[in-house]
Amino acid sequence: MSEVPVSGVPVLSVDNIAKAYGGVQALGGVSFEVRAGELLALIGPNGAGKSTCFNVVNGQIRPDAGTVRLAGRDITGMPPRAIARLGVGRTFQIAAVFGSLTVLANVETALAAARGKSFGLWRPQAGMARAQALDLLDQTGIAALAGRPAAGLAYGDVKRLELAIALAGSPRLLLMDEPTAGMGAHERLALIGLVRRLAAAHGLAVLFTEHSMDVVFGHASRVVVLARGRVIADGSVEAVRADPRVRAIYLGHAGTEAGA
Amino acid sequence: MTLDSLAFQMINGLASASGLFFVAAGLSIIFGVTRIVNMAHGAFYMLGLYLAVTLADRLPGPFGYWGGLLLAALAVGLLGAAVEVLLLRRIYHVPELYQLVATFALALILNDAALWIWGPEDLLGPRAPGLKGSIELLGRRLPDYDVFLALAGPAVLLALHLLMKRTRFGRTVRAATQDREMVAALGINQALLFTAVFALGAFLAGLGGALQTAREPANLNLDLAVLGDAFVVVVIGGMGSIPGAYVAAVLVALVKALCIALGTVEIAGWAFNMTKLTLVAEFLVMALVLVLRPQGLFGRPHGAPARGLASEAPLRPMGGTGLALAGAALVAALAVPLVATAWAYAPVLALDMLIAVIFAASLHLLMGPGGMASFGHAAYFGLGAYGTALAATGLGLPTLPAFGIGILAAGAGALVFGWFCVRLEGVYLAMLTLAFAQIVWSVAFQWEEVTGGSNGLIGIWPDWPFDSRTGLYLAALAVAVVVLCLIRRLIFAPFGHALRAGRDARLRAEASGIDVARIRWLGFLVSGLVAGAAGGLYAFAKGSISPETLTVGRSIDALVMVLLGGLGSPAGPVLGAGAFTLLQDTVMRETDYWRALLGVLILALVLLFPGGIAGGRLRR
Repeated sequence: MSEVPVSGVPVLSVDNIAKAYGGVQALGGVSFEVRAGELLALIGPNGAGKSTCFNVVNGQIRPDAGTVRLAGRDITGMPPRAIARLGVGRTFQIAAVFGSLTVLANVETALAAARGKSFGLWRPQAGMARAQALDLLDQTGIAALAGRPAAGLAYGDVKRLELAIALAGSPRLLLMDEPTAGMGAHERLALIGLVRRLAAAHGLAVLFTEHSMDVVFGHASRVVVLARGRVIADGSVEAVRADPRVRAIYLGHAGTEAGA
Repeated sequence: MTLDSLAFQMINGLASASGLFFVAAGLSIIFGVTRIVNMAHGAFYMLGLYLAVTLADRLPGPFGYWGGLLLAALAVGLLGAAVEVLLLRRIYHVPELYQLVATFALALILNDAALWIWGPEDLLGPRAPGLKGSIELLGRRLPDYDVFLALAGPAVLLALHLLMKRTRFGRTVRAATQDREMVAALGINQALLFTAVFALGAFLAGLGGALQTAREPANLNLDLAVLGDAFVVVVIGGMGSIPGAYVAAVLVALVKALCIALGTVEIAGWAFNMTKLTLVAEFLVMALVLVLRPQGLFGRPHGAPARGLASEAPLRPMGGTGLALAGAALVAALAVPLVATAWAYAPVLALDMLIAVIFAASLHLLMGPGGMASFGHAAYFGLGAYGTALAATGLGLPTLPAFGIGILAAGAGALVFGWFCVRLEGVYLAMLTLAFAQIVWSVAFQWEEVTGGSNGLIGIWPDWPFDSRTGLYLAALAVAVVVLCLIRRLIFAPFGHALRAGRDARLRAEASGIDVARIRWLGFLVSGLVAGAAGGLYAFAKGSISPETLTVGRSIDALVMVLLGGLGSPAGPVLGAGAFTLLQDTVMRETDYWRALLGVLILALVLLFPGGIAGGRLRR
């Protein structure tokens, strides 16, 4: 696998988005960009606006102001499935897969959806994209589980299956909400390492939120720090780690976590 | 329309709104705390009325009437407590759908209990002492009792408000409605709270019924009628909101009052009797509210959508054993006409079974892979039956085109109703399907010029070669085989997978680019078309149809068939429909108390065999 150089055209650009709930300003003008091949970590203390920001990007929440662009195209306020079809894959904080389908059928269903074949009524789905589905399972390291029901998988494998489902849409941008939540230390680093390799191989832009600092500081290409709905730092891991404002506002809240 | 007739109808409307409000408030409080939609709530209302009529007659003097009312309501509250302890405690952990059918089973049993105690005749109660007169309003005489009832609603609303705001019990109930886990964690005796809440809800329903003593006779149809109305009110007002229930009850009553007061109006030269709209009006209001504000006027947005059955195994292509069994079943079905000489009833029973199989397969597609529990599937069955019958008798079309029109009519209904339904989840979806089925029933019942009203349509006979018992049977068999094969193709195609994906994890499916609402809509359409085919066959098989064809009872029959067969298995609807029809045509025909029998069967099913026949033994 060769590293794809970070190109100059941002895959995702978030420009000055704002969102208020009642009187509470969850996001107060947030801007950042993610480029191809890059893993951008969105971090911040609880209530900083990470989830809101994330849900604005994936279309679950419509911002009060600001724009979200995918490779230059305005996608602000589009429904999640339309954004998905434009090449945005995502994984959920609590991994969601299709429990009553086999592991292979999970990926085949996502592939059928990506090709606009979900309304196919006659030809059986099995066999339509078997090779490609197996390839995705191979890339995520769960090819051996292809015939198993998704409902019975160990949580680490569910996370990998969800990643395979997200990749089935051949995304340009991958959104991962707390990708390693609920996993042990070893599994955690293995998963984020896998994401990093896949991003490099496919030239994917990855935006993820994360609580584990070992994952962020060990694997992110760049870090954006949110606090009270505003970006307080945006830069390399080293720069953010050394930023006194981040240390004061963010690390002060979660010093033990950051020290881990 | 004159203004005074409108005012008169409104007071009248407020009087009925009060009764409806009591039932709806009870339903709402119970749902808020226990998350159970109590389908037996209409039965509690009915029992309240029966008990009050009996007690008010037996007890002496003015105390007899008012004391009887209160005693009746308290007795129903006590019954509610007993039901909670004996039944509901066993079903809090089972999937929502099973809770709905279990409480419906209870309603069936209570209905037969009332039949057994009070008999089938309507019972008229005494008039209320002290309120026998009437007052004059705008030149019309308005019964005192109606005025009293119109005032009773706000009074009980106020009492409930004080109970909820000022007492420890009320605070606990409100806390539990907002966050159940937190209340459990705070060390509140949850078992006792649930029992008390259910008793209070039942008491309110009983009171609502009892207060009608001087106004309407007690009869055995009240339970379902009131339940449908109360659902509408709760959905409009917002699940869990008591003021919402009152506002909605008043709104529904006023819309009905307006319809009656308008009388016959001319629209584009066509005289239209607005009073006929009363049965449909409330459902139209509900549909409007659900589209504009799905959580109801005063409700909060509902939480995570209900999941299907988590333990469902992935579909596998039919193996050798499966094919052999299916082949054997087909051979047996083909052989039925041969035994007709020895057992004349065999083809009749077998035809009933085939129709049931098609109907159940249609509902199974919606409920199993689709994850949408329909409590009003009779609507599409009925549209198919009426469409076919009207095309055959009214238009005089030959059998096959008439059958096709029936199927299309059902499909059109599914397309319209489905558009609303697929936007909802869980109990809200179930209630909306039920409401739409009631609309279709009302239209069939009231549009006499076309549907023949309560008499229905007669003389629907198929032409050659379907005019013999064997001919029709073989045609039905062909339809059943085609339908079952088609559904199987669909299930294994990308569409079936997308349907299941949307059920298993809706957000995940949306994030993968699946348009879940449209996939479900197509599922609804296919299911409606198939149900229409069952209805069309039914019309030809019976030769006559009536609104009875599309009552709630038929929807529930289909539900029982699907659950009996097992929700998670593709063979489930065939086995379930076969077994149920056999049971219905043999055992249930022998007794007046078939409802109770059905109720006991459902309860046994839910409590002991939640996997159904095809699902095998109990898994928890």
